[in-house]
Amino acid sequence: MTVVPRPDGTRERVSPPISTEAEPFWDATRERTLLVQWCPACDRGIHFPRAACPTCLGDVLEHRPSTGEGVVYACSTMASPGNPTMSGREPYVVALVDLDEGIRMLTNIVGEDAAAVAPGDPVRVAWEPLEDARHLPVFVRIKA
Amino acid sequence: MIATDPFRARTAIVGVADAVDPSGELDGTVRSLEVRMIREALTDAGLTIADVDGVASCISPGWAPSLELAEYLGIAPRWTDSTQTGGSSFEVQVQHAAAAIAAGMAEVVVVVYAATPKSSFKRGTGGFGSRQGVLAPTPSGEFEVPYGMRMPMGAYALAASRHMYEFGTTSEQLAQIAVDSRTWSSLNPRARLREPITVDDVLASPMQASPLRKLDCCLMTDGAGAVVLTSAERARDLRRPPAYILGTGTCTTHAMVSEMPDLTTTGAVVSGADAYRQAGLGPSDVDVLQLYDSFTITILLLLEDLGFCPKGEGGPFVAEGVLGRGGSHPANTTGGGLAYTHPGMFGIFLLVEAVRQLRGECGDRQVEGAEVALAHGSGGVLSAMSTVILGTEATR
Repeated sequence: MTVVPRPDGTRERVSPPISTEAEPFWDATRERTLLVQWCPACDRGIHFPRAACPTCLGDVLEHRPSTGEGVVYACSTMASPGNPTMSGREPYVVALVDLDEGIRMLTNIVGEDAAAVAPGDPVRVAWEPLEDARHLPVFVRIKA
Repeated sequence: MIATDPFRARTAIVGVADAVDPSGELDGTVRSLEVRMIREALTDAGLTIADVDGVASCISPGWAPSLELAEYLGIAPRWTDSTQTGGSSFEVQVQHAAAAIAAGMAEVVVVVYAATPKSSFKRGTGGFGSRQGVLAPTPSGEFEVPYGMRMPMGAYALAASRHMYEFGTTSEQLAQIAVDSRTWSSLNPRARLREPITVDDVLASPMQASPLRKLDCCLMTDGAGAVVLTSAERARDLRRPPAYILGTGTCTTHAMVSEMPDLTTTGAVVSGADAYRQAGLGPSDVDVLQLYDSFTITILLLLEDLGFCPKGEGGPFVAEGVLGRGGSHPANTTGGGLAYTHPGMFGIFLLVEAVRQLRGECGDRQVEGAEVALAHGSGGVLSAMSTVILGTEATR
C-alpha cells in the first residue's frame, strides 16, 4: 500500500486518540491495512468503530479488510489550516469518501492531482506515517 | 384555522430582548449580559423575576448551565432545561418550554443566551480559534480532527460541494443569499455589516473552504438575547401582543458531518413537517422567515427542506432575490448571521426577530401584515434542526 510522507517542512499531525473500540482499526494501520468494523447479523460495515452496531445494537462485531477503494462523495479545499498541526500544508483537500464496503470516512485527498478532485472521482487509500508507527489513512485519485 | 393539536397556540412568547452592537463587541461579562437580557425581556413582557418558575440555558463555564444560572438569579425554578444542540438550542428549549407550560409544569419560562467571542478573543482569553492541538478521545478527535477540516465551515463546504454536484447549484446562486441579507441589514442600525453588496462582491471575497467564500460565512461577534414564554391565558393580560406558539418540531441526524446520512437533506424535513402539522399551516402560510444562516448553503438547504421549493431547486429559487426586501419570501430581516450578528449560536436572535415582526415593531425592515413567522434553528454541522412557527392573535 502506498506510503505518502508528510510534506517537507510541515509538522507531525495531531495524533488521533485511540478508543477501545477502534484499537483493531489503529493496530492494523501499523501494517498499512484498512479495516472496516462489521456486523455479521446485519451484514453491514460500521464506521466509526463502536461498541454496538448502530443498526441492531448487537455487540458481536468483527473487523474485515477493506478493498481500500471508494468514490469521493463531497470535497472541499481548505485555504487555511483547520488546526495548527496542518499549518504549511494549505491548500489541502478534505473529503468524504464512500468505500466499497458501504461506509463513509472523512479524509484527505493527497497527491499531485488532488486539487482537481471532484465528487464522483474514484480514489484509493494511501498511508501517512504517524510518529507512533501507526499510519493515517488518506486517499489518492485513481488514474482513469 | 384548524386547531386540533393540543399544543397549538396554548403558549406564547411574551417578552424579548437582544443586545447587539455594530462594533461586534459588547461590554460586560457573559453572566452580566445574561442577567441584563432576562431583565429586559421580563420588562418587555410586564413581568418580574418573581414570576419566573422555569429557566433554560445551554452554556456555562461550569457543568450545569440552567442550574448555575438559576443560582445566580437567586431563584428556585420548578422546571429546568440545559439542552445543548448548538445554535438551535433555543428553538429546542422553546419547544420544551411550550410543552411544559401547556402541561402545567411551569408558568413563566426564560430562555437566555450570551456570548462574547469577539471581545474575548481580542483580550486573549479564549474565543474562537483558541483550540489547541491535544485531542479529546471523542469520535471527532479520533476520526475527523486529524484531517484538518476547518470547523465549522469545512463541514458546510462539503454540503455545498455535494449540492452543486447533484443539482448544479452555483456559487452565484449562493452569493445571492448573502446579497439579500444586506438589503435587510442596511435598514438595521445595529447590524455589523450594513453596506449593500453584489454577487460579484461575494465571488471576489477570499475563498475559505471551497466552494464557500468569506461572504458566504457568518460573522463572529459578541451578542446576547432572551425570550420569555407563558401560557396563552396569562399572555393576554401582559404588556405586549403575544406571539403564539402554533407549532414546533425538532430532529437531530448526526453530530459529525461524516455521519450525516445525506449532505443535501437535513432533519428540517422532519422538524418542519411536525411544526406545520401542529400549526395546521404550510409553507405558503408563512409571511416572514427567520432561518439560521450560518452559511449561505444553510439557507439553501433549509428552504428546500422546509418546503419553500422542491429538493434540488434551491439555487434557481434564490437566484432572483426572493429573500431580500421586496422579495416574495422575506427572510432574516435583521440581516441574519451573515450581516447582523453571530456570537457562535444565532438561534435566540431568530426567535426575537420573529416576535418583533409579528408585533409590527421593526420599523424600516417591517414586513407589512406579518401574521405568521417561521424561526428555524440549525445546530452543530447541520446536525440539530428545530422549527418554531409563531403567529399573531389573528392566527389562533
